[in-house]
Amino acid sequence: MSENLILTPQQIIRKKAAGEPIQPDDSEMIQSHTIAVLVENSIGAFIRVVNMFSARGFNIDSVTVGATDDPTVSRMNIVTQGNGRIISQVLRQLSRLVDTIEVIDLTDTDFVERELCLLKVCYTKDTRSEILDVNDIFRGKVVDITTKTMTFELRGPSKKIDAFIKMMHAHEIVEVARSGRVAMQRD
Amino acid sequence: MTYDTHTKVHPAASGDALPEERTEITPSTQIMSGAEILLRSLEAEGVKIIFGHPGGAVIKVYDEMHRIKPEFQHILVRHEQGGTHAAEGYAKATGKVGTVLVTSGPGATNTVTGIADAYMDSVPIVVFTGQVPTALIGNDAFQECDAIGITRSITKHSYLVRDVNDLARTVKEAYHIAQTGRPGPVLVDLPKDVLLAEAPFQYPKTVNMRGYTMLDPVLPEKLHRAAQMIGESKRPLFYVGGGAISRNASQHLTDLARYTRIPVTTTLHGLGAFPEDDDLSLRMLGMHGTWWANQAVQHCDLLIAVGARFDDRVTGKLDSWAPHAKVIHIEIDQSCISKNIFADCAILGDVQDVLESLKSLVQPIDTTEWLEEIEAWRQECPLQYSNDGKLHAQGVIEQLRDQTDGDAVVITDVGQHQMWSAQYFRFLHPRTHITSGGLGTMGFGMPAAMGAAFGMREIGSSRPVICISGDGGFVMNAQEMSVAAAHKLPLKLAVINNRFLGMVRQWQELFHRERYSHTDLSDTNPDFVKLAEAHHCVGLRATTPEEAQSIIEEAWKINDRPVLMEFQVAKEEMVFPMVPAGAATGDMITDRITPNSFV
Repeated sequence: MSENLILTPQQIIRKKAAGEPIQPDDSEMIQSHTIAVLVENSIGAFIRVVNMFSARGFNIDSVTVGATDDPTVSRMNIVTQGNGRIISQVLRQLSRLVDTIEVIDLTDTDFVERELCLLKVCYTKDTRSEILDVNDIFRGKVVDITTKTMTFELRGPSKKIDAFIKMMHAHEIVEVARSGRVAMQRD
Repeated sequence: MTYDTHTKVHPAASGDALPEERTEITPSTQIMSGAEILLRSLEAEGVKIIFGHPGGAVIKVYDEMHRIKPEFQHILVRHEQGGTHAAEGYAKATGKVGTVLVTSGPGATNTVTGIADAYMDSVPIVVFTGQVPTALIGNDAFQECDAIGITRSITKHSYLVRDVNDLARTVKEAYHIAQTGRPGPVLVDLPKDVLLAEAPFQYPKTVNMRGYTMLDPVLPEKLHRAAQMIGESKRPLFYVGGGAISRNASQHLTDLARYTRIPVTTTLHGLGAFPEDDDLSLRMLGMHGTWWANQAVQHCDLLIAVGARFDDRVTGKLDSWAPHAKVIHIEIDQSCISKNIFADCAILGDVQDVLESLKSLVQPIDTTEWLEEIEAWRQECPLQYSNDGKLHAQGVIEQLRDQTDGDAVVITDVGQHQMWSAQYFRFLHPRTHITSGGLGTMGFGMPAAMGAAFGMREIGSSRPVICISGDGGFVMNAQEMSVAAAHKLPLKLAVINNRFLGMVRQWQELFHRERYSHTDLSDTNPDFVKLAEAHHCVGLRATTPEEAQSIIEEAWKINDRPVLMEFQVAKEEMVFPMVPAGAATGDMITDRITPNSFV
C-alpha cells in the first residue's frame, strides 16, 4: 500500500458521496500489523513507545521486548490493529520518538513469526492420552507433569498457539502463559 | 507494504561505526559539582535568562549560582506555572530556547500546564526539575513525584540524569532536541545526589543521537510536482500556520505569495507570518476567522498548507472542509501529514528551504478574478462591531493598535479577547503575536508577556509588549506582575473586563439556552486597579472610549514599570463570525441569529 492510497475520513466520506468505489484494503479494512521497533535499551524508551499507543488511542494486541546482539539496542515486536490510515499514523508517531532507532512494518513483507506458550492442564486417567495426542499433533513438549496436571511448551506462529489453546479448552486448563509474537523479515 | 519515510537508518545496519563521544579529560578539565556543571552547561549553551523557583532538591544549584555568578540572569518567578509560560513567551518572542528551573514534587507538578502548553504549540523550552536523591526515588520521599512519568505524553523528550558524568551531555541533547525539527518542551530531572556529586566538566560540541536524525533533503520531483500544481491552479490559497514563524520563513512566504499573486490566510499561530495590511492577506481562518478567508477555503482549488496541522478549530467538520481543493502540505513533522486532511502533494521538510526552492520553480499566475471574488466576500461580511459610543473590546484593541501603529508584540490570554485581538489588531511582523492556541491555557498571557518583555530587552528591541487578557484569565497568574515590576519591565497589561468568563458565556448563550452556569465573575473579581497597585504596578481604569484613549496615552508615558489598564465592557458582546464546533465551515454564524439549531 503506497502512502497515497491511505484515505482520510474526509476522503472516504467524499468518495461515498460521489458514489466512487472505495477499495476495502485502502480505507476501512482493519488489519492486524506486526511492527518491529528498534529502540534504545532503556526502560524509559520502552515506556515511551507503549505510552504513545495509549495516549493516542491505538491498540496493542501484544508487545515483546528484549535486547538485540547490540546490548544498547532493544527490539520491540508490537502487534496492533487498524486501517491503513491508523497504521500509517502509528508508524509516523513511532518514528517521531527520540529513542526509536528504526521502525519496520513487517506485515506485507515475507517474515517469520514465532510465539512461545506454556499451558498447564488437568488430566484424568480417561483424558490423559487424548491430551497427549493433541500435543503430539501440535508438536508440543511436555515440560512438567504431576499426578493431576501436565504442562506443555509449544512454539510456533500465533495462530497455531490459538488453535492449540482452543483444542485444550475441551479439558480443564489451569493456566496459560504466552510470550507474545516475535517476528523477523526473511532475506 | 513499504513506508520508506518512516524507516530510520540504523547506523550499525548501514555499516557506519557508532561514533562514541567521550568527555576528554585533560589536565585542565576542572572537577566541579553537578550543580555547577549544570550552570556552566547553560552558559556554554548560550542561555541568557532562566525562570526559576528554588526548593530543597535544587538548593545546591541556587547555592552555586550565588557563588559563581553565572553569565545568565535568573528571574525568580512567584509560581512555577508562571515560570514555564514566561519561558514560552521568551522563546516565541526571540526564537531562542526558554529555560525553567524548579524543585522536585510540587515544583515539578506546577510546571505541567506550561509544559503541556509548549507541547501543543511547539514551543522550544527546557525544564529542569529537581528530584529526590536517587536512593530515595520510589520511596514516597518528601517532595517526590515521578516528574518524567507525569510529563511523558506532553514532552518531546525527557531525561532522568542518574550519573553526574552524563549531565553536560544531557543538557546539550535537551537543547538540541527542543529547538530542532518540530520544536517542543524537554524535561530534565535532576536527583539531588547527582547535583552534589563531582565530575570533570567539558561541554560537548556535538550531539550524537542515532534515533534523532535530521530529515532527508526534499526530492526535486516533489517540488516540481508542487510547482506544477500551483501553475495549473485557478484559485490557489496559502494556508499558513505557526511553523512558518518558528522556522523564520515569513520573508520567504511573503516573497513567494507576492510573486505568484496567491492570497494568504493564516491560523491563529500563523498571524504575523504575512503582513495583514497586504492586499493578498485574508487574515485568520477557522472557527473565528474572517468570513472571506473561510469562503476562500471553501472555494479554492488548491490549498498550500505551510507549517500548519489542520487543527479542528481550523477545519470544523472535516468532510465538508475545502471540498474542491487539492492540497500541498509543506511540513516538518511527518505525523501531521495526511492525519486529518489528505495531502495530494506532501513535502516533508524545512518550511523555509521548501518555500525558497519553490520560488525558483513557479511563475506568477493570474489570480485577478479569484482575488475579485474574495474581495466581494470581504465586502459582503466585513468584521464589524456596534458603534453605539460605548466601550467595546474590539474598539480597545483597535485603539491599542493605533497607539503602536500595529508594531507591538501582543500576547493574549485565552477567550473572547484572544479572538478579538486576532481579528482586529492586524499583525504585520512575525513573532509579534503570542498566544496559547493548542492547549488554550487561561493564565498564559501575563507571565508569557513578562517572558516576551525580557526577550525584547535582551535583543535590544524597543517594540512595546502588550498583554491583552480577560478578567477570568488574568487572575490565574496575576502574581507575576510583581516580578515584572521588580525588573522595571514597561509592560502594558490590558484587561478586558466583562465580569464574565466571556467565551463560555457565549457558548452558553448560543448553544445552552442562556443557562449561565458559573460564568458570572462579578462577585469574585478583584479590584484590578488595586491589584496592580498591590503588585507595585500602575493601575488605570476606563469605562468609555474617551477614557480608554486617555488611559492608553497615560500608560504609554510610563516606562519604568508595568501598567495595568482595566477596560470595563459589556458582558453581552460576542465573537463573530463563528463556525460552531463540529459544524461545516460554510455554516458560519455572522451575528445573533437562531444559533440553537447547532445545539
